[in-house]
Amino acid sequence: MTTHADTDIDRDAFYVTEEEHHDADGATALGFWIYLMSDALIFATLFAAYGVLGTSYAGGPAPRQIFELPLVALNTTFLLLSSITFGMAAIDSHAGKVRSTQVWLVITALFGIAFVGVELHEFAGLIAEGATPQRSAFLSAFFTLVGTHGLHVSFGLVWIAVMLVQIGQRGLIPANKRRLMCLGMFWHLLDVVWIGVFTFVYLLGVVR
Amino acid sequence: MLTTIFGRLSLESFPIHEPIVLGTFIGVAILGVALLGAVTYFRLWGYLWSEWFTSVDHKKIGIMYMILGIVMLLRGFADALMMRLQQAIAFGGSDGYLNAHHYDQIFSAHGTIMIFFVAIPLVVGIINYVMPLQIGARDVAFPFLNNLSFWLTVAGAALVMVSLFVGEFSRAGWLNYVPVANLQNSPDTGPDYYLWALQIAGIGTLLSGINMVVTLLKMRAPGMSMMKMPVFCWTALCSNVLVIAIFPVLTAAFAMLMLDRYVGTDFFTNDLGGNPMMYWNLVWIWGHPEVYVLVLPVFGIFSEITSTFSGKPLFGYSSMVYATVVITILSFLVWLHHFFTMGSGASVNSFFGIATMVISIPTGAKIFNWLFTMYRGRIRFELPMMWVVAFLLTFTVGGMTGVLLAVPPADFVLHNSLFLVAHFHNVIIGGVVFGLFAGMTYWFPKAFGFRLDPFWGKVSFWGWVIGYWVAWTPIYVVGLMGTTRRVRHFDDPSLQIWFVIALIGAAIILVGILAFIIQIAVSIKNREALRDTTGDPWDARTLEWSISSPPPAYNFAFTPIVHTLDTWHDMKERGAKTPASGYRAIHMPRNTGAGVILSGLALALGFAMVWYIWWLAAVSAVGLFVVAIGHTFNYNRDYHIPADEVAAGEAARLAVEG
Repeated sequence: MTTHADTDIDRDAFYVTEEEHHDADGATALGFWIYLMSDALIFATLFAAYGVLGTSYAGGPAPRQIFELPLVALNTTFLLLSSITFGMAAIDSHAGKVRSTQVWLVITALFGIAFVGVELHEFAGLIAEGATPQRSAFLSAFFTLVGTHGLHVSFGLVWIAVMLVQIGQRGLIPANKRRLMCLGMFWHLLDVVWIGVFTFVYLLGVVR
Repeated sequence: MLTTIFGRLSLESFPIHEPIVLGTFIGVAILGVALLGAVTYFRLWGYLWSEWFTSVDHKKIGIMYMILGIVMLLRGFADALMMRLQQAIAFGGSDGYLNAHHYDQIFSAHGTIMIFFVAIPLVVGIINYVMPLQIGARDVAFPFLNNLSFWLTVAGAALVMVSLFVGEFSRAGWLNYVPVANLQNSPDTGPDYYLWALQIAGIGTLLSGINMVVTLLKMRAPGMSMMKMPVFCWTALCSNVLVIAIFPVLTAAFAMLMLDRYVGTDFFTNDLGGNPMMYWNLVWIWGHPEVYVLVLPVFGIFSEITSTFSGKPLFGYSSMVYATVVITILSFLVWLHHFFTMGSGASVNSFFGIATMVISIPTGAKIFNWLFTMYRGRIRFELPMMWVVAFLLTFTVGGMTGVLLAVPPADFVLHNSLFLVAHFHNVIIGGVVFGLFAGMTYWFPKAFGFRLDPFWGKVSFWGWVIGYWVAWTPIYVVGLMGTTRRVRHFDDPSLQIWFVIALIGAAIILVGILAFIIQIAVSIKNREALRDTTGDPWDARTLEWSISSPPPAYNFAFTPIVHTLDTWHDMKERGAKTPASGYRAIHMPRNTGAGVILSGLALALGFAMVWYIWWLAAVSAVGLFVVAIGHTFNYNRDYHIPADEVAAGEAARLAVEG
């Protein structure tokens, strides 16, 4: 759609008669951004649920007994590094370097896989100790909040894999750059959410 | 072995022992087979598939939404009639004709269907059809997503309909309240049907909300600043912003309840630290803004109609816009008034009570704006305008009983009473339903090129308006006397007369609904006599009336340039003429079947999960993934309508318009 500043418009012109161009990139970026905000609201709701139920231990384990901060710190490092490597991929994609974009995406995915792996390891340990999602409302809220984040990271990994194939097939055409930009916004948002999880769930849980 | 294949689905799941359900099933089956047979006989499948089901044209999707909403209205209204009949006869020794188990499903299904599968599709449908035309756009921002949103809504509706004949629906009220909906209290399929149907449809509504907001922000015609948008577009914007802000909360709340029911977590349970009231808070953080999701666009419809039929610009355009925005914001601050009796204390209740009352101020401003628009206007009292007047009179009463309920001490008396039920039917029927009928009557000639028959329209109008008052005034009365809601049988015979009157009212509304269907049939039959060749049958003011009826696929051969509010009125005043030559090729999105396939898989997934058919759930989930990813490999999503084709089409239209 063409856009004109108001002052450019001739008062007697009622129709655009010249060629029009489309601004698909802008619309997609805005639309995806709004989608991410709605996704953030899902996390907000899960955070709120955790806030309400976070101390309902029902005689079961409390955060201090089950959280292993060193493991979580390692995981946080993985995820934060993956955001940096994604940033490298984004820079290279702007420069039109197909090969190094792909390499950085693969490194990002490896960090993501490490993150999900550590998280699954942590969950398996908790369940083995009897700290299952069914044990108390606190654990239900904990597993759901952290698990939803982990599920998002897993979806992001699938998306990176699809993106690698599509960049391989067609190179960095505008459609792929647009998709890469959306993927980037998605990936970085997961970082932001994780910082919330790390702070409010793990750190605050151990302090409490 | 059988459980592996069919999960918990067995022959007992089919309610053959319930004569009412069985009779309904036979009726629906005969009608369904007849319909499918007719489509096959007239060889319409190919046409429907390529021209409608896979269409990404916002106009066709809008019309399909309207058809979905009207079909579901018949289902929801059948539930209403059954409840009215039951309550009119179940007194003293009589038990009525519905057992408690069935009655509870009916009131739950009635509310669920009327809000999620009638009101939302109809509102979304009108926005879909009208809004892009009003802003001078050729489609919405994401045409494929629009198609997907529609079919996801259909999949949700289909799942609710399946629950009528396979298994049972929720008995926990229209928001599937815990603790009734907890696994231990409802181990049956009811709440699962509810949750899966609404999760699937809810994703559709959310995607549609994003789509409409981006369309409004990014695709307005040149010169159309925000404050030159028609009021209907403003209300559509605010409504869809609300959708984006609230549906994620509902999705998360339902997801937690699903985990409770499927995995055994303790979010909303009564033991192990669960908190049932958290569910109420979350669903009403969705639920109260949802009221405005529905009613704001309808306010927009009334604004367009009042201005058109008074022959004047809308009085107080900017105050209307600000009132809409203020309502949008305030709607987030009132959810707790749905359960003042929770016991959150006097200060919390006072805050929410006052916030609720404050909403009546911008709403009141709107009422006065409509009145002042009419004041000294040359009012043409045609059918859409009649709906506006009926709305003003009916809705204002509902608003006043709402303010009454907002007073916490009064609410303690009236909580869960039929007075409350009468209040929200007053605002939903008097506001949303009347507005939707006004909008359908107003824009029908745009969508189909001929007007609706006015005689049957008036029969429908009077049926709805008189029927509403006869049906709901007695409910206000018994509610004020303390009768509670969701009751199947009454002991006090002195109340019976009120419920009999209410049943008569429902029967009068039935006349209104039947007359509406007759109106459509008669109008199609007499379409040549009712034909509108001008494209502007009401002498209206906004851009959708500047093009032919029905509009071409690309809407505008030349994108209009906007100078003022009420652009089309300005164009007519200043003698603007559409260029008759110099057409250019028009860039359009291509149809795709991906939306139908994805929604079909979502429906299969929902059904499988309801019945614990794990293999089918796995297969359909994998299928969803594969099709969704496969669709992203399709880069060939648009095409150009060649300039000479546009020229030929426009020439044909100009010839008709003469």
